[in-house]
Amino acid sequence: MLRLDQLPYRTPATVTAVAWDALTPTEARRLRNLGLDEGVSIEALHGGPIGRDPLAIRIGRMMVAIRRAHAETISVDTAS
Amino acid sequence: MTGLPLIAVVGNPNAGKSALFNKLTGARQKVGNYPGVTVERKSGRMSLPDGRPAEIVDLPGAYSLEASSPDEEVTRDVVLGKQAGERLPDLLLLVLDATNLDNHLRFALQIIDLGMSTVVALNMVDMARREGLTIDPSVLQRELGVPVIETVAVRREGMDALKEAISTSLGAARRIREGAPEEFTAVQRRARTIAAAATVAETAKRRWTHRLDSIALHPLLGPLIFVAIMFVMFQAVFAWAAPPAEFIDARFADAQAFINATLPDGLLRSMLVDGVIAGVGAVVVFLPQILILFLFILLLEATGYMVRAAFLIDRLMARVGLSGHAFIPLLSSFACAVPGIMATRTIEDPKHRLTTILIAPLMTCSARLPVYAIIIGAFIPARSVGGGIGLQGLVLLGLYLVGIVGALVAALVLRHTVARGKHQGFMLEMPKYQMPHIRDIALGLWTRALIFLKRAGTIILVSTIILWALLSFPQARPGESQLDASIAGKMASGLEVVMRPVGFNHEISLALIPAMAAREVAVSALATAYSIDESDEAKAEQSLTAQLQGRWSLPTALAFLAWFVFAPQCLSTIAVTRRETNGWRWPIFMVLYLFALAYIAAGATYWLAVWIGL
Repeated sequence: MLRLDQLPYRTPATVTAVAWDALTPTEARRLRNLGLDEGVSIEALHGGPIGRDPLAIRIGRMMVAIRRAHAETISVDTAS
Repeated sequence: MTGLPLIAVVGNPNAGKSALFNKLTGARQKVGNYPGVTVERKSGRMSLPDGRPAEIVDLPGAYSLEASSPDEEVTRDVVLGKQAGERLPDLLLLVLDATNLDNHLRFALQIIDLGMSTVVALNMVDMARREGLTIDPSVLQRELGVPVIETVAVRREGMDALKEAISTSLGAARRIREGAPEEFTAVQRRARTIAAAATVAETAKRRWTHRLDSIALHPLLGPLIFVAIMFVMFQAVFAWAAPPAEFIDARFADAQAFINATLPDGLLRSMLVDGVIAGVGAVVVFLPQILILFLFILLLEATGYMVRAAFLIDRLMARVGLSGHAFIPLLSSFACAVPGIMATRTIEDPKHRLTTILIAPLMTCSARLPVYAIIIGAFIPARSVGGGIGLQGLVLLGLYLVGIVGALVAALVLRHTVARGKHQGFMLEMPKYQMPHIRDIALGLWTRALIFLKRAGTIILVSTIILWALLSFPQARPGESQLDASIAGKMASGLEVVMRPVGFNHEISLALIPAMAAREVAVSALATAYSIDESDEAKAEQSLTAQLQGRWSLPTALAFLAWFVFAPQCLSTIAVTRRETNGWRWPIFMVLYLFALAYIAAGATYWLAVWIGL
């Protein structure tokens, strides 16, 4: 069990839990709109030039940029 | 166009809606605004296979009916029949990106659940095939309960079948669903199930977008490429624009010579030559530069690089309390602050958005180019500082940088004072790279050119004529300067009292008054003023450059440049700020803080230049 920000690049994983309460309602809605949900496949692809922040990730089939701080709220599992 | 059946194109952002819309309507498009909001309404006409005409409207892209931006609100309200200025559509044309089905289906399900006549365009099937995705449209059609047509909008594929399906579905019974909509997470899971069922085969092919991104987003190469692109962009604005600008300039000079030769000396000739042609010509000359800048911005947006640039710059923006979201509006502001400020609508956090609006006018917009170019051309020697870099270009780059640094400092201060608030995150879809389509780019450039020429033909023409009149009356007595005798000259004398301490002379004070309408008017105002003031006809035909060189000191010229880095002299910007912030409070604040900065900057520049003996 890892957090998304700890997941090595290009390692497909599955979202096991999202700490929705740690996000503001706007942030939570926006992440849901971008396809984030428990059970979707996810992958970290690239990191920004400074402090590897933000992160470019794949949610389902869509590529999305999010900050590291938000990636910390997403728990993932690489087992499947 | 009321009376015609209304078709609304809906879909997620990046689904290829606009390309489809362009293909269905051709060039017959009308761009307007929805009443009360600043959301663009793009509509056009299409003809159905049976010859019936229909009106088709391209709604803003949305992720779901739970709107989180003014754009999404319009989309929601139109499909619910609640939008002022729009009737309830007779048919919804739902555009889905075949390569991003699970995500796009969620919004699709919400739309289909409304129960209106709906046709689905399963778009970008070519790209799906290339990614090793095979989607069965018949499964999708069964699961969704509405017609599904495969399309490749950019290559017209599937257009006939789509028109056929629209024609058949129009006029089918429709109902607006009553009761509470399905819970969001449930819709999302249903979307994923359907996407999985419709996906017949999926081979794990690395998309070429990923390969490009491993270069463009590389921690080292990425920023280098970004800087290189920005450099080429600003370089091109000057290098490529010179020949067409000279051509336009020569045509205006021809026109002046023609009128001088045909009309007798008098008021009409003076108004045409000194007012209309000198004034409007001085501004229209910059059309090539403005178009080149917009060409780059349109290309960066169409290819998908713009979002990558926002990604690379996000961390730096975070230092001043902003995020990568602010990058796109700010880059647009280099062309013009008005579309830039309108583009801030994608920023959800209100304080973050306000800060971006307030600093957008500090980006060196294209209207400043005429001002900068004429002063630099007249006062900065065209010599090399080594390495093929010219001093003139360096000064210009410096002006851009002062604007950017000023904006960042302003953002930092604003975020700790009037726009204080929690740091906002950065969440953005990164669309796939795409080849830009020449037609779409050309259409965008054409719209920009029209807007600019319309400004030249209205605001600038009118203010130039008024200024000419104010400068020409009353007529000077022999021995008296026309400039000093005129009404405008008297007005400028009042302003000069305030502006003298920062090194501005009488003519600058005079030019600043009409330049409140738009910055570039300063150039046409100077041109008109000197043209009228010069009694000697041979000298009057001297270029504005020569006039300036003879009349201004170097410190004054530099102070003038520093002033225009900050001064909020643009009515359109003030108006759009009022509209976007719903009141006068913020535009007034913006005007005051920017004028204060301009005054300080001009004064500091002038006295520093005098002190070091320039």
